[in-house]
Amino acid sequence: MSETRSSATPWLLAAPGAVLLLTLVVLPLLLTLVLSFQVYDAATGIKDGYTVTHYAAVLTDPYDLAVFWRTLRLAALTTLICVLIGAPEAYILQRMREPWRSVFLLVIIGPLLVSVVVRTFGWSMLLGPTGLVNEALQLLGLAKVRLLYTETAIVIALVHVMLPFMVIPVWTSLQKLDPMVEAAAWTLGASRFTALRRVVMPQVTMGLLSGSLVVFGLSASAFAIPGLLGGRRLKVAATLVYDEYMHELNWPMGAAIAILVLVANLAIMLAYHRAVEARARRTLG
Amino acid sequence: MQRNGAVALIFHAVVVTFMLAPLVVICLVAFTPANTLTLPTTQLSLRWFEAVFDHPDFVASFVNSLRLATIAATVSVVLALSAGLAIDRYQFPGRGALNALFLSPLMIPHLVLGVALLRLLALIGATGSFAWLTLCHIMVVMPYVLRLVLAALTGLDRSVEQAALTLGASPWTVFRRVTLPMILPGVTGGWLLAFINSFDELTMSIFITAPATVTLPVRMYMYATESIDPMMAAVSALMIALTAAAMLLLDRVFGLDKILVGQS
Repeated sequence: MSETRSSATPWLLAAPGAVLLLTLVVLPLLLTLVLSFQVYDAATGIKDGYTVTHYAAVLTDPYDLAVFWRTLRLAALTTLICVLIGAPEAYILQRMREPWRSVFLLVIIGPLLVSVVVRTFGWSMLLGPTGLVNEALQLLGLAKVRLLYTETAIVIALVHVMLPFMVIPVWTSLQKLDPMVEAAAWTLGASRFTALRRVVMPQVTMGLLSGSLVVFGLSASAFAIPGLLGGRRLKVAATLVYDEYMHELNWPMGAAIAILVLVANLAIMLAYHRAVEARARRTLG
Repeated sequence: MQRNGAVALIFHAVVVTFMLAPLVVICLVAFTPANTLTLPTTQLSLRWFEAVFDHPDFVASFVNSLRLATIAATVSVVLALSAGLAIDRYQFPGRGALNALFLSPLMIPHLVLGVALLRLLALIGATGSFAWLTLCHIMVVMPYVLRLVLAALTGLDRSVEQAALTLGASPWTVFRRVTLPMILPGVTGGWLLAFINSFDELTMSIFITAPATVTLPVRMYMYATESIDPMMAAVSALMIALTAAAMLLLDRVFGLDKILVGQS
C-alpha cells in the first residue's frame, strides 16, 4: 500500500471499473451520436447513409420547439422556487438546536431516497379532481381547480423532488459560516436585513449556484413527473424522447433530441464552472 | 446561538408539511376499504395490500428489483473500492481523467444513458438480458459508492498501515486486516446508497428492460399511466416502509446527514 510499487498497480486496480464505464458510457454515447445522423425511413427503418435532417426537423418543428421551450420554462421556474424556499429553509435549519436540527434535516432530505414514482403518485392523489387539495378548497367554499395534467402540477411535484438538492448545498455552505460573524455585524449596528444581505448571502452564493445547477439539470431531464402529471398532452423533452423511441419507433429522431438534451446539460455545467472560476479569481485578486 | 422567530417557524412548518404530504397521503389511502382513492374515514382495511400479492407481475418485479439492486450494489462496491485505492493512493498520468471517467455517470441525464444503452444493447442483441441490465445498474450506482470510498480513504490515518507493513504484513493482509476495517462504515454506507439508487432507478431502466426483466419502479410507472387504484397506494406504502427501514439502517451505520450532505 505505498506509492513506491510498480506503476502498473493503479491501472490494474482501476481497470475493471474503467472498462465497464468505457463500454457502458463512452461507447453507447458515441453510437447514439452516430445514430442521430443516420437516415430513417418510416417503412424500412434505419438505413445506411448520413443526414442532418433529424436535427433540422427538431429545431424547426413548432411542436418540438414548443416542447423544448416548455421544458426550459418549467425547469427555470422550479429552480427559482427551490431557491426561494430552499435557501430560507436551510438558514432556519442551521439555526435550530439539536436534536430538532437532525430530525428536520432528515425530514427534508429523507424523501430523496423514496422512489420518484412513489412521490409523483402521491402528488397525483393530492392534486386530482377529488384529491385533498380540491376537497380543502371546497371546505373553504371555493371552486374546484383543475390541477392534474397542468404545468402547475408538474412544477409542484418537481419542487418537491428537487428541494433537497437545494437545501443540501446551501446548508453545507452555511455550516462554514461562523454564527458569531453575523452577531458581530449586529453589534456593529447592522440591521438584521443588512447582516443577512452583506454577511450571510455572500457565503451561501456558491451553495445556491451549485444547488441551482443540479436542480435545473435534473428538472430539465425529468421523466417520471411530467410523464405521470402532465398526461398525454403536456410533453417535455424527456417524454418526447420516450415517445420517439417507444411509440414512433423513430430512433434516429429520438437520438437527436437526446443528444440536444445532453449538449444543453453539458453547456450549462461548463458555464457554471466558468462562473465559479471567474468568481474565485475575483475573490483571490 | 440565535433563535428562529415566529415567522421562520411558520415557514418551516409549511415546508415540512409540503415535504411530507404526498408520503403521508399514500400511507393513509393504502388502508382504505373503498374502491377509489379516498382517505379511510370509518375503518381501515388491508384489502389493497392483499391485492398486491394477487398480482404476480408486481411480485415478480419486486423480486427482480431486489435481486438486481443486491447484485449491483455488491459488485459496484468491489469495483469502487479497487478504483478508489488506485485514485487515492497513487500518482500516475491519467489519474484526473480516470477520476472524471468514474464520476461521469453523475453528469449525464439518466434519460440520455437510457437511450444510449438501448442502442448498444440492440446492436449486440442483449435487450432483455438480466446480466446486461445489472451491468448498467452497476455503472450508474458506482459513482455514489466511489465518492464515499474516496472520502473514507482520505480521512484515514496512514501510519497504522505503515506500522502493519513494517511488522511484516503483506499488502493484501494490510488491506484486509487494517484498511478495510477502518473504512468499513464508508463502504457499508456506499453499499446501502447504491442499493437504494438501483432499487429506485426508473428513467434509464424504462428504456432497457424487457417484459421478463421489468423492475418495480418501471412496473409501477406503466401501471400508473393506465389506471390509478388504491393498489398503487399499497405498493407505494410498502416501498416507503422499505426505504424508511434502509434509511434508519443507513443513519445507524454512517449517519445519513454525512452521506447525503457531507459529500457535496
